[in-house]
Amino acid sequence: MQSATAHAHETHGHDSHGDHAHHHDVSFIRKYVFSTDHKVIAKQFMLASLFFLFVGGLFALLIRWQLAFPGEAIPLIGNILPDTWVSDGAVTANFYTQLLTLHGTVMIFYVIIPLAVGMFGNFCIPLMIGTDDMALPRLNMYSFWLVPPAGLIMLTGFFFDSGAAAAGWTGYPPLGPSSGAGQTTWLISLFLIGFSSIMGATNYMATILNKRAKGLQMFQMPLTVWALFITAILITLGTPVLAAAISMQLADQYLHTSFFMPDNLLVGAPDNSLLTGAFVQKGNELLEHKQLLGGGGQPILWQHLFWFYSHPAVYIMILPGMGIVSDVLATFARKPLYGYKAMIFAIMAIAFLGFIVWGHHMFQSGMNPLLGTTFMLSTIVIAVPSAIKIFNWLGTIWRGNIRFTAANLNALAFIATFIIGGLSGVFMASAPVDIYIHDTYFIVAHIHYVLFGGALFAIFSGIYYWFPKMYGKMLNESLGRKHFYWSFIFFNLTFYPMHLLGVGGHMRRIYNPYIYEFLQQYQPMNQFITIAAIILGFSQFILIFNILWSLKYGKKAPRNPWQANSLEWAAPAHPGHGNFDTDIRVYRGPYEFSHPDRETDFYPQWEEPQGDEKTVHETKEHSHSA
Amino acid sequence: MSSGLSLAHEPVTKVAHGKLAMWIFLASEIMFFTGFFGAFIVLRNSNLELFSHSAAELTKGLALLNTFILIGSSLTMALSILNLEKGNMGKFKLFLGLTILCGFGFLIVKTIEYSTKFSHHIFPWTNVFFSFYFLMTGFHAIHVIAGMIPMTFMFIKAFTKKGYNHPVKVETLGLYWHFVDLVWIFLFPVLYLIFPAH
Repeated sequence: MQSATAHAHETHGHDSHGDHAHHHDVSFIRKYVFSTDHKVIAKQFMLASLFFLFVGGLFALLIRWQLAFPGEAIPLIGNILPDTWVSDGAVTANFYTQLLTLHGTVMIFYVIIPLAVGMFGNFCIPLMIGTDDMALPRLNMYSFWLVPPAGLIMLTGFFFDSGAAAAGWTGYPPLGPSSGAGQTTWLISLFLIGFSSIMGATNYMATILNKRAKGLQMFQMPLTVWALFITAILITLGTPVLAAAISMQLADQYLHTSFFMPDNLLVGAPDNSLLTGAFVQKGNELLEHKQLLGGGGQPILWQHLFWFYSHPAVYIMILPGMGIVSDVLATFARKPLYGYKAMIFAIMAIAFLGFIVWGHHMFQSGMNPLLGTTFMLSTIVIAVPSAIKIFNWLGTIWRGNIRFTAANLNALAFIATFIIGGLSGVFMASAPVDIYIHDTYFIVAHIHYVLFGGALFAIFSGIYYWFPKMYGKMLNESLGRKHFYWSFIFFNLTFYPMHLLGVGGHMRRIYNPYIYEFLQQYQPMNQFITIAAIILGFSQFILIFNILWSLKYGKKAPRNPWQANSLEWAAPAHPGHGNFDTDIRVYRGPYEFSHPDRETDFYPQWEEPQGDEKTVHETKEHSHSA
Repeated sequence: MSSGLSLAHEPVTKVAHGKLAMWIFLASEIMFFTGFFGAFIVLRNSNLELFSHSAAELTKGLALLNTFILIGSSLTMALSILNLEKGNMGKFKLFLGLTILCGFGFLIVKTIEYSTKFSHHIFPWTNVFFSFYFLMTGFHAIHVIAGMIPMTFMFIKAFTKKGYNHPVKVETLGLYWHFVDLVWIFLFPVLYLIFPAH
């Protein structure tokens, strides 16, 4: 302890040079590529996911172009795309379904989950619990390095003759298993990224349970850490079920089993070019005689297994955002988080309920209606913990001394859009209403309000909030605010009208809606949405420009730029390997803003109590140990 | 860390990081097999007669033999940990080697079982019961192999000059090995022994 304090004084001088204080002789590759430092891994997650964000965004714009101007050549790139994708510069029906499938899959599995869980989980957990790294740094490195190959495997589908996966992001059978090699790449890719998720989640939980700084109780951790902890539980218990389902679908495709294939289903033999021997023989047999597949399976079984993971997955995507927003709002309202424990219990309740509501995706599947009713009730109950969170956020900013930073604006936008997305969720949870709006653009509007408006705005908020600690530079606030206003306005202009399309009966996955007379009246609205979507897409370049500009020309960040309380702000401005240059001891919770006995309006977790308070604290501890 | 800070203190839960992570990972593994067992229950109930006829084709004797081999390997695994903790390197190597042998024995019996099935023209696509049979036992066998790989590394290292002295790592692997054993304890009755009533 003595030497540690001495060291702390020594390094205090060069605050922003944390890197040099803990210099290690490691090669470039070990330091930046195959690094085991949680902060480098977080940056790698950020880079990979932002790349996929633009890939998925491009897919979305191609989809939007087709819906607004069906059959017209895509501007700029339409004529240079290969003939298998476009005809006369316009997206073909086959390519359209591939885009639709991969837009959903990329955005969910390669953007939101890696950003919300991979990036923030890696960056925030060790810093916010005051430790040097993850419990198992090497496992952490593996969990990232599965992501790029998994993503690229899926994208290779576009270069097959039969195209990429086109069965929707849900991959429902019998369509899924009877599709070609694109579906295979999709399945393998999800299996790999699922494995990466499980490795990450295992590590997060072990880290939070085992490596908290001295004095840090579970109920003194910031909400971000709590949210990530509970998210990790969801990942650990949900993802393996998807892995099992994926294995069964792969078997249906290549081993000609029939887990999900019903009796008397006649399909052409699946693509079996990857297999040899008896398996090929069986495939050829099926093809020749157009035989019936074995049968005995149930397509709905896939839906149950898929949604058993994929419903908790929506909470995997939104819970970290809820945690981030709680921290950002409290910091910029200069007030303690309203109802700290209630917020944690609400997250737990959402996570628990998240596991027993998957059937609400299946009201129209032919499932027993009685079962539908139970799923309807459990789903609507989720509104209760969600409302607890909303009202507690409002309570947090109520009469606060609000600072409208870019981070805070995005957090406030999260609340607004999450309310809209949450309320449309209640519509869909109600089985009779859902029968009408099922598979329409209403669903599309809802999912984008919670995933783009909710999760992604929270992620933006987190990026603005933690960027100084990540890179040692402040992001440009004015550009940040511009990015926010453009994104927020055009987000709403893009997705709000989709509710109206959906109520008007516009199908969710349709290639050309105007073959139906009753949908022709919606073409102007679709064009409006497309233009808004294009502007929304291009607004994101402001963020990229801001990041690049600030990395080079940004102001040097101080240790604690937002005057926040949690432990990551005790670390040097740009922490190196090992994170902290002082010993961390925790004396209080993370939300002690505007403490009446203090001159400054914040009271960091690591600051030693002064005077009377200290004696009280010490006696308390003494009696405790005795 | 080079700095001499005491951030990296003893685990809060008093359980080593790797061991704690293994327990969490095993929870995840349980859910993986739960996916298969759940699907099995659903499809069994809609194909009772088929499942009953097909289950009768399986070789109970070989499965019983494999059950003994795996339970035996769990015992030798536990004994090897115990001996490493006590510092009896010789016995540690003996019991770890026996565990690896049991793993090989299990896989050999499994191969015999599979090839008998193939020679009787029973394949994964024959019917949905055999689809489950091949997929579930196949994934279990992959788990056995996955356990044997680090075990073999430990075994080889134990014979080097430096020797092998990480009881916690062996214990962590032991947790995994017992889990793989446990999965078989469920697979054996579910696939081989339970006959649905007609």
